[in-house]
Amino acid sequence: MMPTIVFGVLSVIIIGFALAMVLSKNLVHSAIFMAATFVGVAGIYLTLSAGFLAAVQILIYVGAISILMVFGVMLTRRGDISASNLFNKRIISGVVVSAALFIILGRLILTSEWFPSSFSVPESTVGPIADLMMNAYVIPFETAALILLAAMVGAIILAKGARRTR
Amino acid sequence: MNLSLLTLEIVVATLALFIFILGLVAPANQKRGIGYFTVLSLVVSLIIAIILHGESGTAFGTMYVVDPFSSYFKIAFLIAAVLVTMFSISYVNKLGYNQGEFFALTVLALLGMMIMSSAADFITFYLGLEMMTIPFIILTAFRYGDKASSEAGMKYMLLSAMSSAVLLYGLSILYGAAGSTLYSDVINVITGDNIDALTVIGLVFLLAGFGFKISMVPFHMWSPDIYQGAPTPVTAFLAIGSKAAALAAMIRMFMIALPETREVWMTLVIVLCAMTIVLGNFVAIPQTNIKRMLAYSSIAHAGYLLMGLVAFTNLGISAILYYVMIYVFANAGAFACVNEFGNMTGSDEIKDYTGMWKRSPLIASVMLLCLLSLGGIPPLAGFVGKFYLFTAIIDQGYIWLAFLGIGMSMVSVYYYLIVVKVMFLGKPVEETSVPVSLGAKTVMFVSAVASLFLGLYPAPLTDIATKVAQLFFPM
Repeated sequence: MMPTIVFGVLSVIIIGFALAMVLSKNLVHSAIFMAATFVGVAGIYLTLSAGFLAAVQILIYVGAISILMVFGVMLTRRGDISASNLFNKRIISGVVVSAALFIILGRLILTSEWFPSSFSVPESTVGPIADLMMNAYVIPFETAALILLAAMVGAIILAKGARRTR
Repeated sequence: MNLSLLTLEIVVATLALFIFILGLVAPANQKRGIGYFTVLSLVVSLIIAIILHGESGTAFGTMYVVDPFSSYFKIAFLIAAVLVTMFSISYVNKLGYNQGEFFALTVLALLGMMIMSSAADFITFYLGLEMMTIPFIILTAFRYGDKASSEAGMKYMLLSAMSSAVLLYGLSILYGAAGSTLYSDVINVITGDNIDALTVIGLVFLLAGFGFKISMVPFHMWSPDIYQGAPTPVTAFLAIGSKAAALAAMIRMFMIALPETREVWMTLVIVLCAMTIVLGNFVAIPQTNIKRMLAYSSIAHAGYLLMGLVAFTNLGISAILYYVMIYVFANAGAFACVNEFGNMTGSDEIKDYTGMWKRSPLIASVMLLCLLSLGGIPPLAGFVGKFYLFTAIIDQGYIWLAFLGIGMSMVSVYYYLIVVKVMFLGKPVEETSVPVSLGAKTVMFVSAVASLFLGLYPAPLTDIATKVAQLFFPM
């Protein structure tokens, strides 16, 4: 019973903040709401006994990514911050489409049969992750490293170039 | 575990990193060399790939598969990469900055394609896809101060983020249904008898994600804008490599992991395939920009390629394999011509090609051969490719689809011939000849010869394709 209540509360937090993030007209507020959403997701990880993942989620998503976004907004934005999130012109069609998708998916998810994992929670949740990353999943792991390299190089050359041409 | 299966990937990854370093340390007046070095190393990698093509096995459990199918596609990607880098040298030198990064990112995108063709696991596949997409986003926006290029980069980033989200959602649902990300487990769990609603949504999302990458209608909207805005060599690689890689991954996923669910996705694929062929060909007609025209033609070709998946037989797969190879050559040749002309005049408008026959007989004749090959006119390779695809689906009883394909091929010949007419019958606005760089000359020569040779004597390649395709339904 308890896990269900916790899950329900966390879901309300996540969905509420996610909606607030999308609907907010102020980009900085959106970033803050996003951080709150990430905290909620970390809570879900905790209920699944994935403590390490929850810590990483808070460290990286809340600590780094959201803050970086706020910095990004701060450094690039000129003019009135209160109307910086303007893509809201199709709100009615957006609501209709997402509501339809939500109803269809919700119905299908409720009617489907689920197979919960039969494994019990390991004593340490950190060690096995390292083992998986460096053994079974080493190809995706190394690929991710190269993707980050490409993304970083791209960010640098594109940002640098923009200054040069000004 | 046999790490030597990964030789090719390791070579290509090392090459990309080396080019990054080379781009930083090479003196400013020596940067031209980076392009030549890249072409040379890619040719060496191609030779390695050809030497290693007989190898097969799996690494890391069944997560990473090296088999004739993946080797065939890797060779196709490498050929595409060699041809594209060859004619991009003049383009990049004209840009005059970030040469090292341009070629290194191209090689990284190539690595992503290779990983996609070998991945037999949702996570590996997805990371391969991102490995391909992210360098492409950067390359699309590579032109500083060019609004079209920046806009294309921005659009590509936002839309591919959205398509990735859809794809990932589909993959996570399938993971929920199957309890494993490995294809070898998925096929055992998701069988024909227990397809539930969940699997159906997963498949629909998955198809949408793939549809974006191969520019299948109705997920094709991005491609004309991005093909037009991106630097021409990048457009070429995007049209050839990105599409072929997504198709390779799609075939592997749908035929190895999810063949039992084909009752669910087959109808959808047939409808979308027919829509893609019709829309791609008809909308290509009114285009005035040659890159946009080629974009719509590539949408139409995505439809033709999907026919092989509709057939769901060895013949269908071997037809896809053959078609991918000729598609590489024909498109590389056509884009090399567009690139050289664009380099000189800065224009990609079809009307500016008027009188090309007098200004550069080479561009005009190679363009003619490549476009006719894409249109499927005998004796060029495109005809043989389409013939195989249509045979494969007629074999399975989809006669209406074959007739649709044939009819739409006629339509495609019309818009290809508009370009040809302008080039050969129009009066040149200027008499100046269009210079063609050595790299582009080589590409044009190779693609023209390949398009002719594979059309006149297709047996060697079709034999290979047939042999490779036996992997799917061993006889």
